[in-house]
Formats: sequence, structure tokens, C-alpha cells
Amino acid sequence: MNIYAMRAIYHFEMARTFRAPLQSIASPVISTILYFVVFGSAIGSRMTMIDSVPYGVFIVPGLIMLTVIMQSVANASFGIYFPKYLGTIYEPLSAPISPWEMVIGYVGAATTKSIALGLIILAVSFLFVPITILHPFVMLLFLFITSFAFSLLGFIIGICARNFEQLNIVPTLILTPLVFLGGSFYSIKILPPIWQTITLFNPALYLISGFRWAFFGVSDVPVTLSLAAIGFFSILLFGIVSWIFSSGYRLRN
Amino acid sequence: MKPIIEIQALTKQYADGYLALDDVSVQINAGEIIALLGPNGAGKTTLISIICGLTTITSGSVGIAGFDVVRDYRKARSIIGLVPQELTLEPFETVLGTVNLSRGLFGKKQDKAHIESTLRQLSLWDRRNTQIRELSGGTKRRVLIAKALSHDPKILFLDEPTAGVDVDMRRDTWTVIKDLKRRGVTIVLTTHYIEEAEEIADRVAVINSGKIILIEEKNELMKRLGTKQLRIELERPISEIPESLRGFDVQFENGGARLVYRYDANRKQNDVHSVLEILTAEHIAIKDVQTYQSSLEDIFVSLVAEGRSS
Repeated sequence: MNIYAMRAIYHFEMARTFRAPLQSIASPVISTILYFVVFGSAIGSRMTMIDSVPYGVFIVPGLIMLTVIMQSVANASFGIYFPKYLGTIYEPLSAPISPWEMVIGYVGAATTKSIALGLIILAVSFLFVPITILHPFVMLLFLFITSFAFSLLGFIIGICARNFEQLNIVPTLILTPLVFLGGSFYSIKILPPIWQTITLFNPALYLISGFRWAFFGVSDVPVTLSLAAIGFFSILLFGIVSWIFSSGYRLRN
Repeated sequence: MKPIIEIQALTKQYADGYLALDDVSVQINAGEIIALLGPNGAGKTTLISIICGLTTITSGSVGIAGFDVVRDYRKARSIIGLVPQELTLEPFETVLGTVNLSRGLFGKKQDKAHIESTLRQLSLWDRRNTQIRELSGGTKRRVLIAKALSHDPKILFLDEPTAGVDVDMRRDTWTVIKDLKRRGVTIVLTTHYIEEAEEIADRVAVINSGKIILIEEKNELMKRLGTKQLRIELERPISEIPESLRGFDVQFENGGARLVYRYDANRKQNDVHSVLEILTAEHIAIKDVQTYQSSLEDIFVSLVAEGRSS
């Protein structure tokens, strides 16, 4: 195993974050704070409690998931697309490293950034709303698996994208609606029955619901189902990455 | 000499049907400098890309120090360094950062002394903390060489190493390449500058339309295919070649103001003396006489032209 290569890619990608801290860290944190202020403090105070949880507190796990999912995809897709765009991808492709070592380097860095962002946002949320976390280890587990799975998805998007527009299509047109409609800001129990059934086909629901359970012990779907869903999603992504590397798709001529 | 690179019956056909390499077999010896010459689209970069793992193989095989580039890719690639044709570098990274990345990618522990020595050799040490985007094209080219040398490769591929650099920088690069050869590094370079191949290569391979049409010791090649010319500038142009010169390979140029006699420089006896004597006897006044040795470039052009016509 080429430990030095994995470490080199990981450090290189992390360094990219620290070269632009405003864009990488401050920007997503400030955006999420605005959600806290608007939906939590301003509007939230006029909302009724959901599952015995004040609305301002209820939306915290959803907001963290929203940021973690979007940032995981953005960081990982950019991390692999930018070297492709610049042509510097020639170097890892000609180095003595296995495809999975490359994945660990790139996806590992994107995962680390997302987890760090999630924890920063969680810390900031304490300034706005009183939060207690019933199952902190499950919360960390969800944070880790979600960051990793969506970084893997971002990696796939970055490999498949032919230009910057394509890089943004999946996050903008698919992920954002899925996360917003997956119960980030509400419980699906408030929806009409037909929309509750439709929402059950939204994979984001299982992540947000499971993550929220870790905080408050309440969820839209059983937490085991949430773990199974994210597990299945991860296996599916592993399969796609394996196929990409075995075929050389969009990487090797 | 033992070959360090063995290419056997290598064929590459792209998805659109384009045949980039057609049954190429080459052996490259350890410690030599081999120049791959060929027109644009001949297959030079494809050949290098396959050896380095950037392009998949349609059929055939490539061995590096006995290791197959597909099956034993880790061992094969670990001794290879590649300097690509394009100036592909992360613009916001520093020189030191990008060179350290390269060393890590090739599975080597960080070695400050080695990196410093490599950067100093390429006159980059003073600019080690400069971001790539602030460097000139020639300096970026040197950074690419430093990256390729960061893990101490046994084989170095240079794809157009001096494209777009000034004359001084080109000569500096040649000095670095010659120094690497002295240290036992095998060097494969593609170039459009025939002068470059002539200056530094031990062997020359000419590739055209995906086929190796010639591979030979550079000096042997120049001896074998090189012709010499005697260029005779006349005081007054003549309208036709004198009858007595008809048996020689003499041609008009410049509207009859110059006669060009082509001869084989390797022959012990040639007819330069006879040609000059005949001109004197014919009372044709000579203004100037020059001899001209055909260069590798002339040889290359004629080989490619032959390939096109056949």
C-alpha cells in the first residue's frame, strides 16, 4: 500500500482548503447561520413545536445535513475535477498508486472538511438555540457516513463532468431539491399522506431523519432503516467508482 | 546492453477508430538517451502515455525493468518520471509544495536534502516558496522537470522538454539531461527540435503514422544517410551545366549563380577536386566555395516524406 501517496494527496487537498478559508469554511458557516437567524430565531419563535421540540432547535440537524451534503459533493467533485481541468491529473494517474488509494486521498480530504464544517456549524448553533444531543456517538456516525458517502458521490461527479457547468448540475438540480424536500425544515408527518409516501422515495429523508434521531430521539423513519439506506447508497457508489476505475472511464484514454 | 524498456507488438486504437500505434516493438537500453522524432500526430505522446499508464493498451505489452506496466504497475511506475508536454501545474501551489506532492505520489518519504539538491540543480531553490502562477513559462517547465526528478527515477520521459523556452534555458535543460545520463538515468525524449536530438541523443527513433520507421545510433544514422554538398557560388550565372560535368551529381540553384555538387562524405575518394578542376578548365569564375553537411533534420524530413509517398 502506498501510504505516502495517500498522505500526499490528502495533505495537498487539505492545503487547498486553508489557502481559501473564506470560501471553504467561512462562507458555508455564515450561510447556515443566516438560516438559524431567519428560520430559527425570527420565524421559529412563531412556529409550533414539532415532536415536542421547539422549531428553532428542530431544524438544526437538517441544516447541518444540508451543509454537509452540499459541501461534501462540492469539495470532492472540485478536488478531482480541477486536476482534470488543469491536466495535473496526469501525475496521480502515472504514479504507483491504486485507484482506491486515490479515492482514500481525495475522498478522505473532502470527508474531513465536511465533518469539520458540520462540527463548526453545530458549535455555532449553540449560540442561537439550546440543544441537547441524546446520542452523540450515533450523531458522529451519521456525520461521518454522510460526509463519506456524499464525498464519494462528488468524486464520481467530478470524474464524469466535462465542464464546470456539468459539475454544478447534480448539486443544483438534484441534491438541493432532495435535501430541502427531505425534511430539513419540517417533519414529513405534517405533509398530506400522498406526499408522505412520495417523500419516502427521497434518500435524503433517511439521512436527515436518522441524524435528527441522534439529537432528539424522534424521527420520520426508523433509525435502523436510515442506517440501512445510507449503507446501501454507499455500496452503490463504491460499485460505480469500481467500474470507473476498471474501465478508465473519463480518466484514461 | 540490457534493455530497461521492452515494447512488444504495441497497438493502440482509440474509441473513434483512430490507429495511433500500429504494432510497435522497441527496446530501450539502460542509461541511454533516445530521441523520438516524428511529425504531429505520429504517435509519440501516445507511446509515452501508454508506458506511463495514462493511456490503455489495445494489444501488445510494455515491460519496465522486467515489470509489466499493467500487471506490475506499481513496480514499473515507481522508477519512471514524466515531464509532460503541456505546462500542467496547480497555479496556486508553491514550487516546493508541488514538488513534495510528486515525491509522495511516487511512494517516497519526504527528503528535504534531495528536494533541495534537485531544486538547486534546476535553479529553482530561490523560488521554492513562489506560487506557480507567478512563474514564467520556462521556469514552469523546470518545475515540471523537478517534479519528475523528485523521486529519483531510473527512467525519465521528456515530452517536448524545451518547447517554448528560450535558447539559454534550452541549453540549461540539455546540461541537466546530460548530467542525468552521467548518473545512469535512461532518458526518452520526444522533440520537434532536431537540433536537440542531434545534440544529446545516443539513438534516434523516427515514428510516423503510428509505426517506428527507423531506430538507429544517431552517429551511425548521420553517417549512413548524411550527404555532403559542395556549394559553388559563381562570378557570373551560367545558362547550362557544362557537358564535362554531366557525369557528376551537379545541379543549378539561384538562377544559375550557384552550382551544388552532392557527394558521399564517407567515401575515401570523392570528386570534389575533379569538379573544381573542370570548372577552371571551362573558364567559369568561382566567387566562393562552401561545404554543407546534411543535418538530422534533413534526414528526418526525407524519411517522413518517403513514408508518405510509399
